[in-house]
Amino acid sequence: MTEAVIIGVGLHPFGRFAGKPALDMGADAVRLALADAGVTWPQIQGGYVGSYEVANPDAIVGRLGLTGVPLRGVFNGCATAGTAVALAARAIETGEHDLTVAIGMDKHPRGAFAADPSVAGIPAWYGQTGMFLTTHFFGMKINRYMHDHGISHETLARVASKNFGNAAGNDKAWRRTPLTPEEILASPVLNHPLRQFMYCGPNEGAAALVLCRADQAHKYTSTPVRVRATALRSRRLGAFEVQSPSFPVGELVESPTVDASRAAYELAGIGPEDVDVAQLQDTDAGSEVIHMAENGLCKDGEQERLIAEGATTIGGRLPVNTDGGLLGNGEPIGASGLRQIHEIVLQLRGTAGNRQISGTPRVGYTHLYGAPGVSAVTILST
Amino acid sequence: MTTAQRPVAEGLFTWPATESAPPRLIASECADCGLVSFPSAADCVRCASRESKERLLSDRGTLWTYTTQGFRPPSPPYDGPAAFEPYTVGYVELPGELLVEARLTEPDPDRLRIGQDMRLTLVPYTVQDDGTEVMTFAFAPAEEETS
Ligand SMILES: [Zn+2]
Repeated sequence: MTEAVIIGVGLHPFGRFAGKPALDMGADAVRLALADAGVTWPQIQGGYVGSYEVANPDAIVGRLGLTGVPLRGVFNGCATAGTAVALAARAIETGEHDLTVAIGMDKHPRGAFAADPSVAGIPAWYGQTGMFLTTHFFGMKINRYMHDHGISHETLARVASKNFGNAAGNDKAWRRTPLTPEEILASPVLNHPLRQFMYCGPNEGAAALVLCRADQAHKYTSTPVRVRATALRSRRLGAFEVQSPSFPVGELVESPTVDASRAAYELAGIGPEDVDVAQLQDTDAGSEVIHMAENGLCKDGEQERLIAEGATTIGGRLPVNTDGGLLGNGEPIGASGLRQIHEIVLQLRGTAGNRQISGTPRVGYTHLYGAPGVSAVTILST
Repeated sequence: MTTAQRPVAEGLFTWPATESAPPRLIASECADCGLVSFPSAADCVRCASRESKERLLSDRGTLWTYTTQGFRPPSPPYDGPAAFEPYTVGYVELPGELLVEARLTEPDPDRLRIGQDMRLTLVPYTVQDDGTEVMTFAFAPAEEETS
């Protein structure tokens, strides 16, 4: 089977852009990715485009060129971008196309997501009584995790401080004001033990990738980034997942992140010890802590020491969320995972500027998690 | 004067609750594999059977985890009072049955702890314009009743 490689990346800034439609942000991101790859839109043979707010994201061809290209819309909650890149890579691996795009864009209103529980297969009373909130889950999951594995409030604050600090060095990030752990611990509690400055917010942005067959990459670039594995898993019965009115008692079933991560390592023939830089879903500071272990990057409870030592900072031995993560960038759902890959590609090329990690990174890892219990992992390498 | 009350949904818990018949949550039990589901479900997510029977859950359990809700949830779907009072929610483990997510009656997270004994109760979570209290289920710390 042919391997897919990434030859171009494009990122529209994440933030708030009054008056600018999501489709325009997406088109800007695609043009940046095309220019980075040195190809033109009519050369693109197919692609996948993800969005939550845009009903017909494939309408982006109206901005880019009506070439008749098959462009398929995808949506998988917070794993949407992971799905777009997986399918774009698959189209190359199977020989359907030689040159594809993965595009993600979104434009969310301010504040927490408001939805009708029935769209998630959940009864109305769950929403009426104030239970249909993803933020509850994150508060409850990290509260239990801190109890079981000895994670402190200071560690949560250090994670948030690191990500805002990384975002401060990223001119495409949204929250670029550095905050100290003390300032973060002084912000109001939203969902115990999580505080205001420990959460990411929904916002706006877009990102795109251009992929091609590995054996044709030399035509476009000297620094192709290999797509070593993509894996997506949904929740299994017994796992503790977001928006669950109940779940069975019994042996703890692992989260879809653990399942997707294991599958991706196996497909890639790469182990967690080989990962040089990671982008993990940090919907909140607690999620980043938990996802370090769920993705095999450390053991449960080791995070307390690793984070205190600075292991996950840009200068540390396992940098996590070097571009500021979701905390620093916000979460336009359809674009979020492609923003993660954009950063990994820069790091593997050695062109991340003031965020560049030291040495010669060879393996990068990205991870998404979202409702109603779905996770996507991508492993990239030079 | 008696305040009129109604449950937030039919078939969620036994109603009306009285001192001699305290409230119980209404679950379903798969006729083929025995999986307990709450709220009651026509389809079994373990064995895909469509045969089930009603089962009333234990009204006692232990607190598995909890959190606070410090901001008013988006409306809709939330239809609590406009004047927002922070509340707490948690998962209570009902031994041998399941872990159920519920409101907790204790609003102070410092007075909750993982593993503490909890008991089912009903609370008015909002009041309609005509004065009717809308009731939902909640768990209360059980120790306080005996101390
Ligand atoms: Zn069954």
